[in-house]
Amino acid sequence: MENILLKDKVAGLDGYFAAGGYKPLKKALGMTPADLIEEVKKSGLRGRGGAGFPTGLKWSFIPKDGQGPRYIVCNADEGEPGTFKDREVILKNPHALIEGMAIAGYAIGASRGYIYIRGEFAAEARLLEEAIADARGRGLIGANLLGSGFDFELSVHRGAGAYICGEETALLESLEGFKGQPRLKPPFPAVKGLFASPTVINNVETLAAVPTIIEKGGAWYAAIGTPKSAGTKLFCVSGPVNKPGVYELPLGVAFRELLEKHCGGLKEGKKLKAVIPGGSSVPVLTAAEAMAVALDYEALAAAGSMLGSGAVIIIDETQCMVKLLQVLARFYHHESCGQCTPCREGCGWIEKILDRLEEGRGSAADIDLLCSVADGMKGRTICPLADAMAMPVLSFVKKFRAEFEAHAAGRCCPPEPAGKH
Amino acid sequence: MAFTLTNEFKAKADKLRAGYPRPDAALIPLLQELQKDRGFMAEEAMDALAAYLGLPYARVKAVVTFYTMFNRAPVGKYHLQVCRNISCHMAGAPGLLARLREKLAIEEGETTKDGLFTLSSVECLGACGAAPVMQVNEDYFEKLDEKKLDDLLEDMRHGRLRGMAR
Repeated sequence: MENILLKDKVAGLDGYFAAGGYKPLKKALGMTPADLIEEVKKSGLRGRGGAGFPTGLKWSFIPKDGQGPRYIVCNADEGEPGTFKDREVILKNPHALIEGMAIAGYAIGASRGYIYIRGEFAAEARLLEEAIADARGRGLIGANLLGSGFDFELSVHRGAGAYICGEETALLESLEGFKGQPRLKPPFPAVKGLFASPTVINNVETLAAVPTIIEKGGAWYAAIGTPKSAGTKLFCVSGPVNKPGVYELPLGVAFRELLEKHCGGLKEGKKLKAVIPGGSSVPVLTAAEAMAVALDYEALAAAGSMLGSGAVIIIDETQCMVKLLQVLARFYHHESCGQCTPCREGCGWIEKILDRLEEGRGSAADIDLLCSVADGMKGRTICPLADAMAMPVLSFVKKFRAEFEAHAAGRCCPPEPAGKH
Repeated sequence: MAFTLTNEFKAKADKLRAGYPRPDAALIPLLQELQKDRGFMAEEAMDALAAYLGLPYARVKAVVTFYTMFNRAPVGKYHLQVCRNISCHMAGAPGLLARLREKLAIEEGETTKDGLFTLSSVECLGACGAAPVMQVNEDYFEKLDEKKLDDLLEDMRHGRLRGMAR
């Protein structure tokens, strides 16, 4: 199958043109916004940032009448542990994102777009700024796009190091120059988003798929993948495999195929123990569960996990699950924005309990306490960060309880290197 | 100590602010610009910026303390930021951190006496396929091992790598 998102020789504007780039924009500007939204709905494209919400439907929530500005915002705050796909799109195919934003802007009546990119991606932000300047030079960004009468301004806004800003309302707060603390919903961003105006926020990978969908039609895209999980997805594989990296494959591909055919299997001598299939926030799968699962929204939900961002983290037998969960707990505790008590306190408690277990100071009761704290966090906060901590905790303990019990009984792993040889 | 915003900064600030319907939305980019000057956000710099933008000092301070990329104390010419999250952890990040602590004789959060290096561990840098990863100032160094790390340190010691302006 031909790649839609990851292509060679399209990083520059000339290469992108040579591959047919910006023809979709021209086509889109000749359509009505309603027809455009209908085409995206027909494609079955779903949000690639993690939630999997239907993109066309999200666009259709923007009020049709009503005065004042609207905004299209690209979420390039890639920070879900294990995820490194948006960076690849930005490096290899930045104009697909820019063109996708212009098309999305036209569809929802937004003449202003912002790309919110994580602060650490300094080189990627510069590259995007250059690509936007190139596009502007050819009349593809700015006033009166391709003589259509539609104006579209686009700029890059760098974040400053906060995982929570990947949550769309926290992103909006950050883009407005505040702490990135998620907002209560409703009102949803489609009604009251950036600067209190109707706003659509889409992930890099989602927006970069739009030009091809417009060019080839929604039905063409919907035929890829499975009936409910249409299109291709970027799977980013990390861990001890021979060829870690980003792979563009149709949704519904078997995990086994991704691992063995595309990633060249596990490194020599390594044995598969567990897989986190959609970024660190989703429930872990055992090796047996993973080897039987297909990678799409429905199949992973049926297996008790989620497709999430498509970040496939491979864990081998030499890894300690208690230690890995401690690493994740430290992360969520560090990244909790602090506004909801269950998350702010819960993530801290979980980290402390795991510290005890990991260092051999824990007890069997600590294992139940871990689960009790996690249960108390789920669904009780403004945004899903608390759930993102609770899900790994509950699944790690459920599926690898023996390792937690061994730690509680004092059989601990060797300590981390201390720095003296 | 008094801190004065340069005219050059003010010109840049006005241009940045024009990119948003509400000028205060430029606060984070402005702080990034301001941090370039000394590598960290001094109290008096935050004060001067708040006054220039007509924002409460508390708003500026709240933003600076919320985001990890704003340094609140001086950092070395090279700020070594080792990813400690799951993929880098499995790929040997704890060993790299230990090696850096030993070779530089500092703990995380500290700066070497010569002002050359600051050591930090950070959360996921979004380059997990190339784990373990370290960010030095704004640049990523990927697929690290002990040899590569030692070579990098040598390059930095001899000024062969772009350092932070100081």
